[in-house]
Amino acid sequence: MERHYLLGNEAIAHACLESGIGFASGYPGTPSSEVVDVLRMQKDLTFHVEWSVNEKVALENALAAAWCGLRSICTMKHVGLNVAADPLMTSAYTGVTVGLVIMSADDPFAHSSQNEQDTRCYAHFARLPCLDPAGVQEAHDMVSTAFAISEEFSLPVLFRPTTRICHSKGDVELGAIVPNTKVGEFHKDPRQYVVIPAHTRILHKKLNGKQPALKKRLVELGLNHYTIRGKTAIIASGIGAAYVQELLPPGVSFMKIGAYPIDEAWLGEFAQKHEKILIIEELAPVVEEAVRQVAGCVPVFGKINGYAPYEGELSPAVVAGIMTKAGFLEKNPFTAPDPVPDLPLRPPILCAGCHHRAAFYAMKKVFGESAIYPSDIGCYTLGLQLGAVDTTICMGASITVGSGISHSDASHDVICTIGDSTFLHTGIQGLMNAVYNGASMTVVILDNRITAMTGHQPNPNTGVTATGAESPPISLDAICRSCGVTFVETVDPYDLTGMLRVLEEAKKKKGVRVVIAKQMCVIAARRAGVKRGRYAVNPEICTGCGTCVKFGCPAIEFVDEKARTNELCSGCAVCGRLCPVGAISREAKK
Amino acid sequence: MTKSFDILIVGIGGQGTILASNILGEACLREGRHVKGAETHGMAQRGGSVETHIRIDGLYGPLIVPGTADLLISFDLLEALRYSHYLKNGGKMVINRQMVLPTSVFTQKTPIPTESEITGQLARFDPCLIDADRIATEAGSSLAQNVVILGAASWSIPLKAESLLAAVKKLVPPKTVEANARAFEMGRAFGRAR
Repeated sequence: MERHYLLGNEAIAHACLESGIGFASGYPGTPSSEVVDVLRMQKDLTFHVEWSVNEKVALENALAAAWCGLRSICTMKHVGLNVAADPLMTSAYTGVTVGLVIMSADDPFAHSSQNEQDTRCYAHFARLPCLDPAGVQEAHDMVSTAFAISEEFSLPVLFRPTTRICHSKGDVELGAIVPNTKVGEFHKDPRQYVVIPAHTRILHKKLNGKQPALKKRLVELGLNHYTIRGKTAIIASGIGAAYVQELLPPGVSFMKIGAYPIDEAWLGEFAQKHEKILIIEELAPVVEEAVRQVAGCVPVFGKINGYAPYEGELSPAVVAGIMTKAGFLEKNPFTAPDPVPDLPLRPPILCAGCHHRAAFYAMKKVFGESAIYPSDIGCYTLGLQLGAVDTTICMGASITVGSGISHSDASHDVICTIGDSTFLHTGIQGLMNAVYNGASMTVVILDNRITAMTGHQPNPNTGVTATGAESPPISLDAICRSCGVTFVETVDPYDLTGMLRVLEEAKKKKGVRVVIAKQMCVIAARRAGVKRGRYAVNPEICTGCGTCVKFGCPAIEFVDEKARTNELCSGCAVCGRLCPVGAISREAKK
Repeated sequence: MTKSFDILIVGIGGQGTILASNILGEACLREGRHVKGAETHGMAQRGGSVETHIRIDGLYGPLIVPGTADLLISFDLLEALRYSHYLKNGGKMVINRQMVLPTSVFTQKTPIPTESEITGQLARFDPCLIDADRIATEAGSSLAQNVVILGAASWSIPLKAESLLAAVKKLVPPKTVEANARAFEMGRAFGRAR
């Protein structure tokens, strides 16, 4: 078989195709998004694929497809599983007819996330099997195993690659694509699918009854395995296992955990053969707790006794440090040189010409420093750098936190920001609630017509589906009005004057007011061929006041007491509108 | 421990570090070598500092430990300095001479680093500094800067130049194959002349 150099998520998506999937759904979230993005771009689709509006919706759709007899994959990031937790918990009771794999990608070190939670804890909570790959090839291979386990035990299977799997690359051996030939059919069985108390009590007992055989099967399948090489041992899971293998000294036994729940009897037998055990795993001490339950008086080294960190991600250097501290390496082979200090930072930043920057600028201008700015999850969280983001908790929490503050702190204006995709994900309920319960606040929907941050996935506001088919237009204006909002204005944030005027009007009103700041994402616009022409600063007119520099656009530089633009300029024209002396204008065509 | 050849490619989101990684990975496949890599995706890409790890003959994890990289390729002068501690003693450095000034220096009014200050700090690594924009433009596309730099670095990479060039031709957009192939050859010629 030919080998390919692939991103973990590309390999996972290909494995779904090899497994003959009939249904794929998900909500974009780093580091999970590329799986559905690869699936939706396939030619001659033999399966249904959708970007759903949120993870709960995605999972319920995929569950139903699996009930109908279609192999289904549902993808999300770890925090998306919180949103999908409601169907997840009970799907363990109802089970599935054919395979359902729920991929929930964890993000140790929170590279692109609001927390560092561990999907394996959900698996334990729901009593569902969970597979935990250590590399790209294994992630690929585990997908077909996950479908097989799902079908053998009639249970959804959680699959939890981490950022360093999803966004790693490796040479991967792929299998042949199996086109789906099945036609789904729902067979009524209320005792299975209607979880009234009389049914659910029986279903819960069935779920519990599946556990012993499940644990044994995961060992038989080779997902959990070990090699005895001495009197001390390291037990590792996920990418941690790959780092340990790089460093493993001779004479140290090695156990690799790739699936949960772990068979306690099997684990205990291994533990009792050793005099000392070190656990290497990212995030929660899931393996460690299991080991401690069976280790008896064998000393265990891990997070719980301070040898390994609970937070952050592992790396070969971190693992070497833990191994040295616990006495598994005599000397750390890495010297950890210091980076060059005090270099100017280059954090992620809103793009040149991003209309969110213009919207934030106008909001701050009208509502001032003392107003409170709850915000949400999206590119616009970067508005923090502009002083226009005061809170972020989770998807949809801008409007709800805003209304909570408006009821609790009457002395400040509340003006919150939420993107269009996030508004459709879990924002609408918050808006309805705010109106219903009499909150007083302004909601700015930053509408760029697309789910931008995760890689420009379409949403119901885009006008096309995941496969590019046209979808019926939805109206954010009409949604807001139907929630009971009477002040709803749509404005182009590049039109700074118009934006300021609408915000001034909103400020004067009471109750919940909505401003829809609508403009195409600047990256999507560039890809669509929109050319606006560059703006340039006339150094004769520029007084060096710095107003445009404070705006924070990466296309504006300040050298020798004068502003100038660079090649990043997208021609949004906002700096030209905010320059107090009119020094910035469209560059004459060369 | 595995004896992989570890390359760190750094730059700014959008400069083509991922294409460079794909070219190296494809060249490894052509030679039947194992390869592992790690990259930056998602929010961190937006104009931020990005790093791509490639481990030729790598068998286990994708990450390179600071102080152990065999080769540092940087598409931006300032980023080369930021990641210089990744290089092992005697490791090679191939760097674009150009620098995009971070917006933070203007908004936070911090001192603006100059090219000569940075090249001075990098001198102890004896870097190969390359005017990638000029060479890429001469080759026919200023967008081919990443391929120019890869060409210059090819002398230090344990892969055949033919494999790298074939990978370039396979992976760049069809309309730009000629310009990129020229960019690779011109970069490679520059790297040798040095």
